[in-house]
Amino acid sequence: MKLVTFLKGLAVLAALFTTGRAVSAQELVEVFGPQITNRVLVLRSTTDIAVFGPVVETFLRTQPGLQVRYEQWGSNELYRLTRRDCRDGVAGADIVISSGVHQMVQLVNEACAASYRSRLTERLPEALRWRDELWGITREPAVIVYNRELVPAEDIPQSRFDLLDLLRPDGTPYAGRVATYDIEQSGLGYLFAFADAQEATTFGALQESFGRSQAVSTCCSVDIIKGVAEGRYLIAYNVLGSYAQGYQLKDKRIGIVLPSDYTLVLSRTFMIPKQADHKAEAEAFLDFLLSSEGTLALRTALLISPLLETEEGNEGEGLSSTALRPIGLSPALMVALDELTRETFLRRWRSTFPGP
Amino acid sequence: MTDLFRKVALSSLTARVAFGIAFLLIFGGVIVSIAAFAYGREAARSAYDRLLLGAATGIASSITVQDGRPVIELPVSAFELLALAPDDRIGYRIIGAEGETLTGYDEITLPTRRRDFRDGFFDSSFFGEKARFAVVSRRFAERTLNGTVKVVVGQTLRARNEMAYDITRKALYVLAASGLAMVLLSVVVVRSVLQPLERIAGGLAARDPHDLTPLDTSVPRETAVMINALNGFMARLDRQMNSMRHLISDTAHQLRTPVAALRAQADLFTDEPELARKEKIVERIQTRTASLGRLLDQLLSQALVIHRGDSARRERVDLRDIALDVFEEGDHAVLNPEFDVILDIGEDPVEVLADAQSLKEALKNLLNNALKYGRSPVRVGASSEGRRASIWVEDAGGGPVDGVLAELGSRFNKGALSRQSSSGLGLAIAHAVAHSFDGELRLEKTDSGCFRAALVFAALPEGRA
Repeated sequence: MKLVTFLKGLAVLAALFTTGRAVSAQELVEVFGPQITNRVLVLRSTTDIAVFGPVVETFLRTQPGLQVRYEQWGSNELYRLTRRDCRDGVAGADIVISSGVHQMVQLVNEACAASYRSRLTERLPEALRWRDELWGITREPAVIVYNRELVPAEDIPQSRFDLLDLLRPDGTPYAGRVATYDIEQSGLGYLFAFADAQEATTFGALQESFGRSQAVSTCCSVDIIKGVAEGRYLIAYNVLGSYAQGYQLKDKRIGIVLPSDYTLVLSRTFMIPKQADHKAEAEAFLDFLLSSEGTLALRTALLISPLLETEEGNEGEGLSSTALRPIGLSPALMVALDELTRETFLRRWRSTFPGP
Repeated sequence: MTDLFRKVALSSLTARVAFGIAFLLIFGGVIVSIAAFAYGREAARSAYDRLLLGAATGIASSITVQDGRPVIELPVSAFELLALAPDDRIGYRIIGAEGETLTGYDEITLPTRRRDFRDGFFDSSFFGEKARFAVVSRRFAERTLNGTVKVVVGQTLRARNEMAYDITRKALYVLAASGLAMVLLSVVVVRSVLQPLERIAGGLAARDPHDLTPLDTSVPRETAVMINALNGFMARLDRQMNSMRHLISDTAHQLRTPVAALRAQADLFTDEPELARKEKIVERIQTRTASLGRLLDQLLSQALVIHRGDSARRERVDLRDIALDVFEEGDHAVLNPEFDVILDIGEDPVEVLADAQSLKEALKNLLNNALKYGRSPVRVGASSEGRRASIWVEDAGGGPVDGVLAELGSRFNKGALSRQSSSGLGLAIAHAVAHSFDGELRLEKTDSGCFRAALVFAALPEGRA
């Protein structure tokens, strides 16, 4: 008995310690809803608060007296934190929403998630739910972003093959000015790269080509897009379409292309940790996100990308639906997180990008 | 329980069939369900075990050695194979030559006991859920790496259980369908079986009350048993009714003459003035009355015999007892003291299947005939010759003349019992008794010049109980 108490104490200490340390890693925190209430729903997400905040506000309109504490995390940190909470049995977040789909699959595989079933979750396609513990709530394409002023119309790459052709000639003006995620830093970048590697052999060639032309790998969607807009980079590969489009609304200097050979489509995943204190509210939030109201809110936030639905506007070509490759929620994604596999994959990547 | 059985026995045939089928369906259903579930589990297990093995082999074959250490790039195909069980969690662990975990879940431990470890598979749990694991070993014999790398791949059991339930469910659907078919079939069968019975019942109800002719036997074989029994019963009834009818008409006829004669004598007596003649008339009336009494006796015994012939139960009868009884009653000693009556029976029983009462009546009549018409000494006896058993009366007289004898025989054979003298009536009774028990009445002269009247039956085999 004493030992158990002691262990529990240790666990609490550890939790305090880790939480304390984690606080320094979290990017931003914002509180929605009433300031003083005892119903606080802790939402940890990789999505920028600015993008997702309006969705939360719409939700809170139906839930008086509920406060949402929104914590924004990097996907790798969020994965580590959630996993630690799960293993230590600590009630951390009530909801985890991450673009690191493979990490979420891993968490569900490790029995960290609570199960939930409703009419709305059942309407989701098979590929967008797993075990009734993980749900894909957004649709965001991985796109190519280019600088409209600096990239001539005939150079705009419509597919990966076009990109390869641009980079091939010696002394190409694009050398050193193509950017992509640093996949060691960004869980999302790694996921896209990994999915690319599964999807087609083009990726090998592209990677090689990136290496030769000294492409730049850097962190974070916003930085990359900004770099393109400002002309630091001419082209960015595998950028999250929702951010690109959001940026485009304010800054017309960038153009967006959905690669016509295939376009990866990411669904951010929603999980309710099994230790969540406010499961009912979390489930209500999930149902809200899947309802027509919530879908509309997500659409407004560009998280359900209009690029995928309309053919008009934008430089993005209308794509046949076969070119859309959703990253389905399947245990096969666990491969991406396997340490040795990741190591092998990253070693190859590092040899391409020798470092900044 | 016995109450239930009794209730079932009393209930309708349909209820019995329904009970039987329900029992069969429930019992069979339980057995089939258990069997189907066992089969389903086995099928699911072997199907998904193969998936596991395939995935583990895929992973094992993707291991390469670089710079003296194993390099692993998990093949996505292996995981896609496992993802064929879409909702199951996947656990894997790759164990190096020194037993260290190269990658995967440390939580997965290999069973230490050999017993838990069959054909490379074992059951364990994975993050609190039951799971099944496959182990594939790969040996490396490189300069830098020598040893066995083990790949453990496991999966939770959702898809397996679902498949097992699915197989069971489908088996149960089939069972339910066949059960329904059985019920329908049995309804049809019961209907068609009972239809002939209804037809027979209808036929019987529509019959004239005096109609005892046989029913139509062109019915299913099983029902024909009942029809035959019914026909047999009606034939017996018919025979008895005929006998009664004959008896009544015979009796009426037989009684009319002596009663008329008595009346005539009585009339004469009233009109006779002379005393001496009156006495004579009285004497005649006495004789007539006595003969009338005898006649009545005989008529009653004939009625008795006819009645019993069809209705009495046949039982094992020792003919010697009959002879002895008749002899010991000793009526002959009173009525005909001038006759010597000798009992002639052997040591061995002479047994037949018949009715003792009827036999006694027949024998008494034969004895009376002998006393009346025959010559002393008279012998009464029972004997068996081979498979025939007979009971007989023999007198020293020559019997009736041959012509009469033949005529008597033919008359009995025709069954014409009416208009007989009182001696004929006695023979008729004996004949009727013989006939009732499948025997015959034999009137014959013996080698020693005596006249013998015998009832001959089939002997019961000796010692048969």
